Amino acid sequence: MTAIQVQGLRKSYNTLVAVDGIDLDIHRGQVFAILGPNGAGKTTTVEILEGHRTRTSGSVSVLGTDPARATRAWRARIGIVLQTANDAAELTVAETVRHFATYFPAPADPRAVIEQVGLTEKAGARIKQLSGGQRRRLDVALGIVGRPELLFLDEPTTGFDPEARRHFWDLIRTLAADGTTIVLTTHYLDEAEALADEVAVIAGGRIVARGTPATLGGRSTAKATVSWIDHDGPRSVLTDTPTALVNQLSGGGRELPELTVTRPSLEDTYLSLIGGAR
Amino acid sequence: MTTTLDRGALPGVLTVGLARGAVELKQFFRHKDQVIFTFSFPALILILLGSVFSDTYEGTGVSSGQVFSASMAGAGIIATSFLNLGIGVAEDRSDGTLKRLRGAPVPMSAYFIGKIVLVVVASLAELVLLLAVGMALFDTTLPADAGRWFTLVWVFLLGTIACSLLGLTISSFAKNAQSAGAITNLPYIGLLFVSGVYIPLVVLPGWMLDIGALFPVKWVAQGFRAALLPDSMAAQEPAGTWELGTTALVLGGWCVVGLVLCLVTFRLTARKER
Repeated sequence: MTAIQVQGLRKSYNTLVAVDGIDLDIHRGQVFAILGPNGAGKTTTVEILEGHRTRTSGSVSVLGTDPARATRAWRARIGIVLQTANDAAELTVAETVRHFATYFPAPADPRAVIEQVGLTEKAGARIKQLSGGQRRRLDVALGIVGRPELLFLDEPTTGFDPEARRHFWDLIRTLAADGTTIVLTTHYLDEAEALADEVAVIAGGRIVARGTPATLGGRSTAKATVSWIDHDGPRSVLTDTPTALVNQLSGGGRELPELTVTRPSLEDTYLSLIGGAR
Repeated sequence: MTTTLDRGALPGVLTVGLARGAVELKQFFRHKDQVIFTFSFPALILILLGSVFSDTYEGTGVSSGQVFSASMAGAGIIATSFLNLGIGVAEDRSDGTLKRLRGAPVPMSAYFIGKIVLVVVASLAELVLLLAVGMALFDTTLPADAGRWFTLVWVFLLGTIACSLLGLTISSFAKNAQSAGAITNLPYIGLLFVSGVYIPLVVLPGWMLDIGALFPVKWVAQGFRAALLPDSMAAQEPAGTWELGTTALVLGGWCVVGLVLCLVTFRLTARKER
C-alpha cells in the first residue's frame, strides 16, 4: 500500500525553481529519508506533502488525499515535527502535550507519550527551561500524540549530542515497529543509514538517486579498492573482482600486511551524487 | 496503526476553541512582563494623573481623578484588545504557534475563539482593576442606573471588538513580536493624547480633536465617561453632550472596517507564506 505518491512535482517562486519535477512513492510502514544539501528543495517538498505549501504543478497524494485540500480528518491522521518552533514557552511539558491531545479524535495517553520521548522528569517544567534537545523531543511528542499513521520529521536531530541522537533513533525505530510510516529529512548520512529503509537524494530540486542505504547510487556494485603493503611500499588497486585479486595476491593464504577492501562509503556516494548535480 | 483506524468523531470546534482559550489565558497571565505592562501601566498613569490634577469641576462636584478613571478604563480595554492581539498574533506567527496549529486538526475558527476568550477575560480584568483603583482613590462610583450599565456594556463590547479586529489587522504588518510592539504602541500612545484620555478634550486644539475623532479611542473613553459620570459633566465634552448615538455609529463602523481589513490582510499574509 502506498502512503505517498508524487508525480512531476514542481514548485517555483517567480523565476526561482525550488522543486523541479519530483516523482516519489513511499509505502506504508516505511522509514523514508530525504537527503540533500541545504537549499536542495527538501523542506519545500516536505512542506508541500504536509499541506503547508502550495505547488506549482504535478500531482500529490498523501494517505489518499491531496494535501492542498487538507481536511481536519486528514490532519488527524498525520503528525508533523517542525524544524524550528519556540511556541508555548510559558506552558509546562505536560500541559502542552495534554492540550495538544485534545485536538485529536483518538489520541495516545499524554503521560505515555511523555515517557516515550524521555521527558517524564521534565513533565512539570516550563518549556522555556528546556534544553535544545529536550525541546526537540517535546516537538516529537506533539507530533505523535495524535497517533498518526504518517509522521513527518524535518531535520529532527540537528544540534543533538551523540547520545541524545542514539536515544532519538531508538524512539523512531519504536514508532516504525508500530507500523507508523515515517518521512524524515536530514543531512546526516549516518542517520539515514541507521534509520531508513529507503533513501532519496535531492539536489537542485530533483531526485538524483534513490535506493536502500546499502545500494544507493550503485554503491553495492561499485568497484572496490584493495590496499596492502609490499616491498615497494603501500599499494592500492581499483577492481571489480576484489576476492579474486586478494586470492591471487596472497598465493593461497599468505598474510598481506595492512590489507583492506573498501567500497565507497555512503558519504562518498552522496558527495559524488550531489557534486554531479551542481 | 498500519491500517486506517476508525478514529471516531473529531472534537467539536467550540471544544477545541475553549481549550485554546484556557491555554491562551495561562500563557498570558504567566508572561510577567506582559501582564505588568498591560495592567500596571494604565493603573499607574491613572494614579499619577489623578494625583497631579486634584481639582474639582465647578458646579458638578466631580474630581479630575474621577474623569481620568473613566477615560483610563477606556484606554485600558484598548490595551487588552488592540495591543494584546496586535503583539500576540505577531508572536504566534513568528514563534511557530500558527504553523503548528495549521499542521494539526485545529480549524482557524478555534484559534480565534481562543483569542476571543483571552481578550474578554483580560479586558474585564482591566476594567475591574481600573474601576477599583478609581473607587479606592478618586471617588469613582459604579454606574448609577440600568441605563448607564447598558452604556458601559455596549461601549465595552463595541470597543473591544473593533480594537481586537484592528489589532489582528496590524499584526500582519509586523515582522516579529518586537516590531509589533513598536507599530501598535506608537498609534496607541499617540491617540491617547489626542483622544481626551491624558488631557481633557476641551483644552486640545481643533485639529487634534479632529484627528482623535476619527479613531475608536476617543469614543470608547467618551462612552465610559457617559456611563460613569453624572450628566452634568456632559457640558465638559466638546459637543456639550455625550454623543452616544455618534459613539455607537463610529465604533460600529470600525467593527465593520476592522473585520474587512482583518480578512483581507490575513488572506494576503497566508498567500505570501505559501
